[in-house]
Amino acid sequence: MTTKLFGAKVPRVEDDRLLRGNGRYADDLMPGALESAVLRSPHAHARIVHIDVDAVLDCEGVHAVYTYEDLTGPMAAPLPLLIPHPALTHGRTQYALAKDEVNYVGEAIAFVVADDRYLAEDAIGKIKVDYEFLPPVVGIDNARKAERLVHDDVPGNIGARLEQNVGDAPAAIAAAPHRLELDLVIERSASTPMEGRAVVSRWDPDQARLQVWSSTQTSTGVRAAVAAQLGLDLGQVDVITPDVGGGFGVKINHPWPEELLVPLAAIALGRPVRFTEDRREHFISSAHERQQVQHIEVGFDDDGRLLGLDVEFWHDHGAYTPYGLIVPIITSTQLLGPYKPDNYRVVFESLYTNTVIVTPYRGAGRPQGVYAMERTMDAIAAYLKKDRTEIRATNFIQPDEFPYDHQLVFQDGRPLVYDSGDYPALLEKIKALVGWDEFEQFRTEMAAEGRRVGLGLACYVEGTGVGPYEGAHVQIETSGNVKVATGLTSQGQGHQTVFAQLVADVLGCSFEDIEIVTGDTRRMPYAVGTFASRAAVMSGSAIHLAATRAREKALRIAADALEADAADLEIVDGIVSVKGTTGPTISLGTLAVLSNPLRYAFDEVSKAATQFSVGRPEKPPVAEDDEPGLEGRDFYSPERSTFASGMHAVIVETDPDTAEIKILKYAVVHDCGHLINPMIVEGQIHGGVAQGVGGALYERMVYDESGQLLNASFMDFLMPYVTEVPESIDIDHLETPSPLNPLGIKGAGEAGVIPSAAVFAAAIEDAEGFPITTMPISPSELFELRRRHSVVEPTHAVVELVETTTPEEDSP
Amino acid sequence: MSEELHEVRLVVNGATYDVTVPGRRLLSDALRHDLRLTGTHVGCEHGVCGSCTVLVDGTPMRSCLMLAVSAVDAEITTVEGLALADGSLSPVQQAFKDCHGLQCGFCTPGFLTTITAGIRDNPQPTREEAREMIAGNLCRCTGYQNIVKAVERAAELTSAPRRSSSVETPPGEHL
Repeated sequence: MTTKLFGAKVPRVEDDRLLRGNGRYADDLMPGALESAVLRSPHAHARIVHIDVDAVLDCEGVHAVYTYEDLTGPMAAPLPLLIPHPALTHGRTQYALAKDEVNYVGEAIAFVVADDRYLAEDAIGKIKVDYEFLPPVVGIDNARKAERLVHDDVPGNIGARLEQNVGDAPAAIAAAPHRLELDLVIERSASTPMEGRAVVSRWDPDQARLQVWSSTQTSTGVRAAVAAQLGLDLGQVDVITPDVGGGFGVKINHPWPEELLVPLAAIALGRPVRFTEDRREHFISSAHERQQVQHIEVGFDDDGRLLGLDVEFWHDHGAYTPYGLIVPIITSTQLLGPYKPDNYRVVFESLYTNTVIVTPYRGAGRPQGVYAMERTMDAIAAYLKKDRTEIRATNFIQPDEFPYDHQLVFQDGRPLVYDSGDYPALLEKIKALVGWDEFEQFRTEMAAEGRRVGLGLACYVEGTGVGPYEGAHVQIETSGNVKVATGLTSQGQGHQTVFAQLVADVLGCSFEDIEIVTGDTRRMPYAVGTFASRAAVMSGSAIHLAATRAREKALRIAADALEADAADLEIVDGIVSVKGTTGPTISLGTLAVLSNPLRYAFDEVSKAATQFSVGRPEKPPVAEDDEPGLEGRDFYSPERSTFASGMHAVIVETDPDTAEIKILKYAVVHDCGHLINPMIVEGQIHGGVAQGVGGALYERMVYDESGQLLNASFMDFLMPYVTEVPESIDIDHLETPSPLNPLGIKGAGEAGVIPSAAVFAAAIEDAEGFPITTMPISPSELFELRRRHSVVEPTHAVVELVETTTPEEDSP
Repeated sequence: MSEELHEVRLVVNGATYDVTVPGRRLLSDALRHDLRLTGTHVGCEHGVCGSCTVLVDGTPMRSCLMLAVSAVDAEITTVEGLALADGSLSPVQQAFKDCHGLQCGFCTPGFLTTITAGIRDNPQPTREEAREMIAGNLCRCTGYQNIVKAVERAAELTSAPRRSSSVETPPGEHL
C-alpha cells in the first residue's frame, strides 16, 4: 500500500549527493573555463575621467579586457529596471560597466578574462582610472537633506514617493482619545549566502546557441535578460541553475553585470568563461536591505483599539533601483500584520544614497513593517498600562472576517486581501509556548538573584505565493520512472523532496522513481522564480495539477486496456488495477508505452505499441484531442497571494554590568496552512530565526561618511555562529488551510526572520524599562542607552502627541 | 615573465596527485580546480567561514589559508574521502542525513570534516561540547539546530557503527 507522503517528514533526496561532495555549484562546472575578475570602484561617488587599460593588454594569460567603451547595442544601455511602478518617477539603473560615473563603492568598471582568477586579478591591478571625486550621499538623513545629489537629475534624491490611504487617518488620530508618536530606525543587513554569485557560460558556434549556468533565483529571468541584452533570440539561450549555495533574496535580482559580461566574453572568445564572486565583492557589490527611518502617529481608545494609524517612512534603496519599489511597498502594506486599524495612511519616500543597491533580503520589507507596528502596539500597552497581548487581541482580525480586504494595493499590484488565518488561536499558542502568564513570577525569581530578564512578543502576517504563475511538466517514461520539471529554482529548500512527495501522492508511484528538475529553461521555459515564499505554493500547486493530468491520462489508457471504467481504477506502487479486485493489472510504464503509438519498436516492451499490435482501424492512432506520450503539463496562477501568519516570543537576559544580551528562550508559532514536510518547514524556521538573531543583535553594514563599507568581511560583519543562536527553538504549528490553492498550503520560507527586530526590541525594552527604537542593538549601544537613561529622567522616545486634551476629555 | 611553477605531489584521500602550480596557488584552488575535487567549497577566502575545511594529517585546516606547495608530504582528507570503504556514508555524513543537518549544502563539507575530527578526538561529546565543536564554522541556512543534533547523532553512530548507518530510512517514516 502506498503511504500518503503529504505531511510526512520524508528525508531529503538531495542529501546523499551533497554529503559526498558531489554537489555541483557554478564554480564546480566546466573545468578549464577561462576565469574573470572585475575592477570595482573604490570610490562612492566619482566621475570617471579616463580609463587606461594599456598595461593589461600585454599581460600573459589575459584574453580580454572590457570597459564601457567596448559595449555596443543593448549592452551599452542601462541594465533593465525589472519592476517599473508609476510612483517610481525617477528610477535609475547602472550600466553593466560604469559609464562616466560611479555611484557606490563596488560598482563594476572593467572586466578582465584570463587563464585563471589569479592572473585576472593581477591584470585588474594594472588598470589605471582617473577619477574626479564627487561628494557622496550616505545615510537616510543626508539623502533627505539633499544638500548633495546622488544623480544630478534626481531632485531631493527621491526616487519615488508613494502614499496609500484607507479612510482618513490624520482626522481619526486628531479625534482619538489617546495619541502617541514614535520615531524608529532600522539598519542595513544582507542575505549573505555562503556561496556568493557565480556564473559560467559556453557558446556553441556549431549550433549558435548559448548556455549559461548561474547561481540565481530565477533562471527564466536571467535567460530573458541575457537574450535581450546580447541581441539573441530567446530560443538560442539556455539558462540552467546548478546547485545554489543559498540565496535569501540577493540572487533574485538580475541580471547582475557579470551575468551579461560572462556570456558576452564567452561568445567573443569562443571559449567557456566563468565569474565567481569573492566574499569582499559580495559585501560591496551585491545587494543589501532593511535600512529605514520611520515616523508613526497613532490614535486609539481606552481599550487600545487602533482608530487611526499614520506612518511615514524613508527607505534607503542605495544607488540604483533595479528592483523597483517592492521592498518599501511590502513594508507599507504588510506593516498592518494581523490588525485592522479603522483608518490608515502610509507614505514613503524611496531615497538614493551612494551605497550598494537594496533589493529583497529574506523578509523583504516585512521585518521593518512588523517592527513599526509591533513597537507601536507595545507603546500603546505601556501607555495604557495594559498587558501587551491584550492590546494585540483587541485589534486582531477575527477568524470569521476572512477574506479580509485591507483596501490597499499589495506588492503584486493586486488588492491586499487576506485569505485565511486564526490570530486569536496563534496568540493562545504563543502564550502557552513561551510561558507568558508565568513570566512575571520568573522575572521576580531572577531579580532575586540579581538577574535582569525581559519578554517580547511580535506578530506578523506574510503574503506568500505571489504570482504571476509557475508551471510544471510531468512525464511518465516507459520505464515507469517519472520526470518532473518546474521552472523556479532551488537554493537548499528541499524542493526535490517535497515536490516528489506531491507527485507520488497523485500518481501512486514510488517516491524513488521520481526525479524533480528545477530552474532549467530547457525543461520548463515558463517560470518566474524563487522569492516571496512562493515555491511550495506556486510550483507545488502547478506540479499537483500537472501530475493530476498525467494521472487522468494514465487512467484513461488503462481503462481502455483493462476494459474497465476509469472511475473504478486505482494506482498503487505504480500499478493500475480495478479497485477491490484481483483481476488484470497494468503498470504506469506500460501505459507510457501504449500512450505513444509507434511504427518502430526499440525494445521488447515497446513492441506492444507498434502498428500491428494496437489501435483500431476506424480511429486515428492519436485522437484529435489527444497527443502522444504519458505527460501532464499545467500552470498555477492564483488570483492573489495567500497569507501565512505567526508570532514569535523571546525571553532575554541582559547583563547588569556588561549589557550583554543573552537569549533564554525562543518560541515560534507558525501558520503556513498544511505542511508538506514538517521537517523541512522547521528547518526553514530555524534558519530564519538565526538570521533574525543576527539582524537584531549582531549584523549591520557599516558605511562611513565617505561611503566606504567598513566591515566587508566575515571578520567584521558578525554573522552568527552556533554560539550566538539559541540552544533550542520551540516551535508549534497551526494549520489554517488556504482556500486559494488545491493543497491548502501557504509559504514558509521567510517567516523565521520577519518578526526578529521587533521581538528583540520588545524583550530588551521589557528588561530595561526604557524604549528601544533603533535596531540592531549591540551591548555597547545598550550600555550607552542605560547611561543616558540613568542621567536624564527616562523620557520616552515614544512621545505623546497631545498630553491631556482629548475630544472626550476623559484621558487617564 | 611568467610565474615560477612548482611541481608538487599531493596525497589526497589516499591517492597521489602530481600537479604543477605557482607558489601562490591556494590549497583550496588546487584541490578544486587542479585535482577537480570540487566538494571542498570556498565561502570567504579569509579563513572565517570554515566551508573549505579539510583534514591535514587528521587536523582540520582551512584550505583557503594554506598554499598548495605547503601541503606537500601531508595526508589530506576532503569531503570526497569521508565515505566508508564500502561506499556507504560515514557516521557523520549519515547523521547529517538523519537529522536534516543541511539545506543548501555549501557549508556542509567543512562541517563534515570538522566533526569527523571532533568525534574522533571526543567520541562522546556533551551538548555543550557538540556546540563548541562546530563553533568555528558558519552556516546561513540551518540556524545550526540540526547540525548540533547531527554531532550527537554522529557520536551515537560512531559508537555503534554497524547498527543503523547502513539502514536507509524509508520515505514517509517520521524522523
